[in-house]
Amino acid sequence: MSSTALIRIALGAYFVIFFSYLLGPLVVMSLTAFNSSAFPSVSPWACFTYEWFEVLFNDKSIRQGIYYSVIIGLGTVVLSVSMGLAASIVLTQIWPRLRSTYYTMIIAPILIPGVVLGISTLVFWDRVGDFLGVSEGSLLDLLFHNGIFLTILGQSSFIASYAMLVFVARLQRFDPGLTEAALDLGATHTQAFRKIMLPFMRPAIASAAVLAFLASFENYNTTTFTIVDYKTLTTVLAQKVRLGINPSISSLAFIIIALTIFVALAFEANRRNQARKNAVKEGKASTPKKGFLPPFLRGNPAAIVFVALAFVAIGMVGTAQQYSPESCKIQYQEAKQIEIQRRIQELQQKRKIRDQSGARNGPDIFVTPPPKKVQPEGGSGAFGNVFDPGNLNSDKNN
Amino acid sequence: MSSGVAIDLENVWIKFGDFVAVREANVNINGGDFFSFLGPSGCGKTTILRAISGFLEPSDGRILIGGADMAGIGPNKRPTALIFQNLALFPLMKVWENIAFSMEVAGASAAERRKRADELLDMIALDGQGDKLPSELSGGQKQRVAIARALCANPDVLLLDEPLSALDLKLRQHMRTELREIRRRVGITFIYITHDQGEALTMSDTVAVMKSGVIDQIDTGHNIYDHPSTPFVASFVGENNLFRGKIKQISGNEAVISTRRSGDLLAQITPSQVGKLSVGNEAMLFIRPEALELSDSKATGKTSISANVVNQEFEGNSFSVFLEGDGGKQIKMSVPNLGQDNIAAAGENLSLRYDAANAVVMPVGELASE
Repeated sequence: MSSTALIRIALGAYFVIFFSYLLGPLVVMSLTAFNSSAFPSVSPWACFTYEWFEVLFNDKSIRQGIYYSVIIGLGTVVLSVSMGLAASIVLTQIWPRLRSTYYTMIIAPILIPGVVLGISTLVFWDRVGDFLGVSEGSLLDLLFHNGIFLTILGQSSFIASYAMLVFVARLQRFDPGLTEAALDLGATHTQAFRKIMLPFMRPAIASAAVLAFLASFENYNTTTFTIVDYKTLTTVLAQKVRLGINPSISSLAFIIIALTIFVALAFEANRRNQARKNAVKEGKASTPKKGFLPPFLRGNPAAIVFVALAFVAIGMVGTAQQYSPESCKIQYQEAKQIEIQRRIQELQQKRKIRDQSGARNGPDIFVTPPPKKVQPEGGSGAFGNVFDPGNLNSDKNN
Repeated sequence: MSSGVAIDLENVWIKFGDFVAVREANVNINGGDFFSFLGPSGCGKTTILRAISGFLEPSDGRILIGGADMAGIGPNKRPTALIFQNLALFPLMKVWENIAFSMEVAGASAAERRKRADELLDMIALDGQGDKLPSELSGGQKQRVAIARALCANPDVLLLDEPLSALDLKLRQHMRTELREIRRRVGITFIYITHDQGEALTMSDTVAVMKSGVIDQIDTGHNIYDHPSTPFVASFVGENNLFRGKIKQISGNEAVISTRRSGDLLAQITPSQVGKLSVGNEAMLFIRPEALELSDSKATGKTSISANVVNQEFEGNSFSVFLEGDGGKQIKMSVPNLGQDNIAAAGENLSLRYDAANAVVMPVGELASE
């Protein structure tokens, strides 16, 4: 075998391993959302079901968590994008000698652990309230102890730094001569900013906003301290995991994954279409020839996946209305019962045999193993039952 | 269109920390003039332009536009329009929006702006291209859009910062003509910054030659070339043969220089230095290559030089002959191409002569670095 073939195989193997490491957990997680087993698991596969989506949509705490997560996310986007933009503009205009110091200062929140940011935000605003002498129950006092207010500030304190990094990258390509040209043509500084700088920064603002929203949405470390009596999705999930989870969380994960892929593909498809249009405009590419695929799909794998995904979604909704997992569930339950019965009988038989031989060979020094405790379906063995709330008690008893 | 407005720099100093970018500039620019600042890069000419347009304040002195002191007035309030070296067209705006930007910030309606932009597009021969983006235009077209954008603001003064330096030779020559044409049409004051003496001499009514922050000479292009007032101007503008020596004799505005290697040479004292030189002073004498000619006789007067031909180059409209005088003195002579095959063979000894009126003598000073 030639060495190039070997390298190619090794490279292929590497990609398979890399992508299964990267995407494997997501696939497994998504599959568990469709297994009727009460604990998130893939094997043993019980029944194909959509019931966890129903459980999810009926779970008030998750719904509320998502609601507050979105509100906080939007607040964080507004605050951190404006702070990041201001910080990056200052960075390009500040005296060169101060620049590195300023940069370090602005970037520091990224390096500080989120937990510290959370606690210090909480403490700081409490102190601010004290310092201003706001009376208990007054509007300011309520604000300084309001979970949404504190969480937006706490998260923005470091998400603004991320946003700034995005802006700085874009600003480095900005020609300050453009602002000067605008001023020279009679624009005020505000007009120059609004008509020249802001349109130039628009793509960066969009990506910083998406970044800020996602960072806010998935944040736990800071939020858990600043959220006080509210709940975000992450804190709700953390709470659920502590008390034992069911696959409705997998179904939420599946929805988020699907949405992410959907948006990413739509974005990519749009970008490619735009690039193609520009290429055609500049005469660098000819308009595509007619093929059997509609023009939207031609030469665009992202769009093909996109459409396939849409079909799957439609198919899912369709089958959900037709297909009922109830009969399967009953079957599975029965099969399980039979299996359990069989094992009990087996054990009893074994014991009988042992008793007989024990009677022959003298006293039995081994403790007879107790018959296997019949577990409720919820504890069918995944994760070594660590999430089974009964564990703590049984450990104590043993 | 507004008519030209005069600009005066009174004793202007511009410093950046300890660095003096412009030293004691005194310039009077007449309304409607085409005025050029000529100098090597880093001589402070762009700094002067930025001070006139209001992007920086002079450290000392006054800038007057149309007689009004501009201190404390920002670039957006001055009646100037600047054409940037890199043009600085707004990349995200269409061509017509670029041109009408000054009206947009003044609050004009889209229809008004479009109408004016179309007029200007007509003027710069780009009609029908208004809906393109600047990136879709060629270099020369962008140049014209930048000029139209500046003119749209109805400025009293148009400032141009080496606007032609990025263009190729043919286009540059074409744009020179076009700029002159535009200037004739709008009749406003043009202030032009360049390091290209050709541009400065062909287009300007008046040229100011600058050297490291100091204005050496302000004069017409013709005078700058024929009567340079300092060795820097003489060596920076055009080509020149330099002879160093001591002044032997002065009579009126003529002087005889006893050069180190080429004997005694007669020359005119440059007008600004008449009466300031005295016998025995060190001096510099400049003779243009085209002022030298072949002499038939082997005369050894005070306006003739003997030299051996080293080599010659054909330049199209002329021959450049490189000679070596006594003691290895390098001399360049330019002979117009009138159909000769050859000027002289290498190694041939030639006798050169010149008119004393075409040679200038001046006190010793700094030269332009090659």
